[in-house]
Amino acid sequence: MFTMLKQRSGKDMEIPKNFLGYKRENGRAGTRNHVIILPVDDISNACAEAVANNIKGTIALPHSYGRLQFGADLELHFRTMIGTGCNPNVAAVIVIGIEPKWTKKIVDGIAKTGKPVEGFHIERTGDIGTTMKASKKAQEFVMWASEKQREECPLSDLWISVKCGESDTTSGLASNPTVGNLMDKLEPLGVHLCFGETSELTGAEKVCATRGATKEASDKFMKTWNDYNDFILKEATDDLSESQPTAGNIAGGLTTIEEKAFGNFQKIGNCKFVDVLEPAEEPKKGKGLYFMDTSSAAAECVTLQAAAGFNIHLFPTGQGNIVGNPIEPVIKLTANPLTVKSMGEHIDCDVSKILSREMNLSEAGDELIKTTLRVANGRLTCAEALGHKEFVMTKLYRSA
Amino acid sequence: MATEIIIHDEKDNVGVVVIEKISPKQDCSCWIMENDNTINIQSADEIPLGHKIAMVDLKEGDTILKYGHDIGKVVKAIKKGEHVHVHNVKTKKW
Repeated sequence: MFTMLKQRSGKDMEIPKNFLGYKRENGRAGTRNHVIILPVDDISNACAEAVANNIKGTIALPHSYGRLQFGADLELHFRTMIGTGCNPNVAAVIVIGIEPKWTKKIVDGIAKTGKPVEGFHIERTGDIGTTMKASKKAQEFVMWASEKQREECPLSDLWISVKCGESDTTSGLASNPTVGNLMDKLEPLGVHLCFGETSELTGAEKVCATRGATKEASDKFMKTWNDYNDFILKEATDDLSESQPTAGNIAGGLTTIEEKAFGNFQKIGNCKFVDVLEPAEEPKKGKGLYFMDTSSAAAECVTLQAAAGFNIHLFPTGQGNIVGNPIEPVIKLTANPLTVKSMGEHIDCDVSKILSREMNLSEAGDELIKTTLRVANGRLTCAEALGHKEFVMTKLYRSA
Repeated sequence: MATEIIIHDEKDNVGVVVIEKISPKQDCSCWIMENDNTINIQSADEIPLGHKIAMVDLKEGDTILKYGHDIGKVVKAIKKGEHVHVHNVKTKKW
């Protein structure tokens, strides 16, 4: 039924069995080798940024939260912080917080991976003293990490997350089905895959639920979607027509959330999802496709997927979303020829020839696999080269 | 062969413009992805890349089908060949 481009498919390329990654202490493999300076809370950003400025080759991850949160919202904060530090694209971590207790909780969570991690708290020392102590440790970590070499890793060490943004009708016609084609080809090879965007499946939710690999997964998906929809109905002051679809979506020809949802859903190809994850929750059921309950805002979604351990991201766009992430490389693809022409510096993989029927879907999927492997092996993405490091924590409700 | 419009599913009553724009009274070739058939339509409006064209006459209350699925309702009658967008179609959700 569902729209897969039935085109004369030529011979598919042979998919390489390995990529060159960084092997980590816990058996995972990274596509990057970052040393991160992770602030526990908003007021520790200045110190974290001072350390990253002192020690070249480290990267600070400033954000807006981490104070007076409670309940599920606080749990999500810790899960995101610890998960980010645990991501295999990260070689070592400096954690800096105002108080010792929460700082230690995050350090202890990351230490379970076996990677080097050390925490510093600012109270009773101040920014300057903390910056000095943390900088010394950061220098040690970054010089240690700089000797790490890429080694051959099986393709199954790739954990690929996907999210689309600034979508238009070309997304549903071509760039999202290209991601779906890649999923159909890589899923049998044992990779982990993840899609999210709970709100942007609205209209296609019942069809999406049928893609659960088990009844349990399907039921869990419907419960998650219903909870999100109830929340939106409770908070909405209008019909969301200004937010979903966005003005960019509408300019690109998308008329309703249902149309956007069916286009969005093309990203999973013919795969079935084995489980539904909480935001930033690490998959525990082995290889295969997972659905994660996320916002549909690009930076929030990618931040949550990176915190769950995904090490490379595919981002189809229509009108030209430019998002990046500090630790998970974000590969952009588009099928919109105007986007390629007007903002080509953001596009890693151009599949616009699908629309002119000079390229079929399988060829586009192969191109995307090649691009993905080049980036996994170390090629910078457009977003990395342009300095996009959007690290955006998801917040569930107001702080105490 | 030039294709001006792509249709996802044979059940769909709208197609998507895949060239920079189509002009009023332009004869367009429409490729249906699902069954690889080609049909023709004459446009009534100028319609830009990525925007939808009505493949049949649609009256208020009709359902728009794309991907073979319900993507919203007609709120203002649309003639075959006309531009289909937020001015004549609305979501059934929210």
